Amino acid sequence: MGPLAPNELISENTNFLLAFFIGIAFGWVLESSGFSSSRKLAGVFYGYDTVVLKVFFTAAITAMLGLLFMSLFGWVDLDLIYVNPTYLTSAIVGGVVMGAGFIMGGFCPGTSFCGAAIGKIDAMVFIGGLFLGVYGFAFTYGWWEKMFFARYLGEPKVSESLGLSDGLFGLVLILIALAMFTVAEWAEKKFPREEY
Amino acid sequence: MSNNTNTERGRRYLNPYLGGVLLGLVLLATNFISGRGLGASGAVKSVVATTIGAVDKNAINTMPFMAEYAESHSGSPMKSWLVFEMLGVLVGGFISGAMAGRLRLKVEHSPKITSRRRLIFALAGGILFGFGSQLGRGCTSGSALSGMAVLSLGGFITMMAIFGTAFALAYFFRRNWI
Repeated sequence: MGPLAPNELISENTNFLLAFFIGIAFGWVLESSGFSSSRKLAGVFYGYDTVVLKVFFTAAITAMLGLLFMSLFGWVDLDLIYVNPTYLTSAIVGGVVMGAGFIMGGFCPGTSFCGAAIGKIDAMVFIGGLFLGVYGFAFTYGWWEKMFFARYLGEPKVSESLGLSDGLFGLVLILIALAMFTVAEWAEKKFPREEY
Repeated sequence: MSNNTNTERGRRYLNPYLGGVLLGLVLLATNFISGRGLGASGAVKSVVATTIGAVDKNAINTMPFMAEYAESHSGSPMKSWLVFEMLGVLVGGFISGAMAGRLRLKVEHSPKITSRRRLIFALAGGILFGFGSQLGRGCTSGSALSGMAVLSLGGFITMMAIFGTAFALAYFFRRNWI
């Protein structure tokens, strides 16, 4: 049955229309969770507001478990779902650059669009920066091309790499998340901030 | 404590765990319908590719990174899944903000810094995030969150690199936030 678009159960144009509605739901949940506020987002790095950690890991685990169960029930063919390839060097270096951008700018790309949608001028400026950054990468691509393709590992699953079954890895991730949530709840009490 | 502040400025935010489950269900539906995850930076790339093409048709051919992308999106780079999705994000964010009474033009920053300083850092952060998202083949949404949902090793690595770096640098930028 699923995924619908790769199985050609819905047309390309229907897929684009659904993308718009999925985006509405995505934007609604992000904004409703407080992801339109850079000070709420940055709070996770100082302990005064850990909403990012809670929403992010709960979401990743929900979707991961959902896919595993749907595959188990035969509702979705995981082989047809896009798995991000692993280019080890660029995954790390790109992530480091993004992390620096996160703590300086207070947004990531998705959340900045949410902030801009409700009138945050800092989010709009951040988006301006995104355009410059993407253009800058394309313009200087020749310098990074080698790094961009370095240490390609294919599309390995993290569970395989750790020698665990998908289900066991899922359980371990849930336990890690619960431990992090406990620390997060403690941190919010320890480093409270009234004004933001 | 923060809840009091939220109530004053508008309605309270969703419980984060409920928000997380809802976001996870959106991501799950995305995978079920479209066979892919959510994303954000890819839409920015589409706009940049289109802009370069509109300003100077030949310029795009001198940029292999963009030329390859334009080729893989036959027709227009704007006719991409992520562009439609991000237009939806703007609408969805606006609806949520309107429902909660949070629509207001403003520069949000710590009382300890000026708006100007906030905007300079927002621009610098955006540039770095834009650059890093291209190098890392996706941002927090496309690479980290969506990658984790499909158990991609690269997704987990990028997630750890993003959050680890931000934590490691938090001390140096603390005046901006606390």
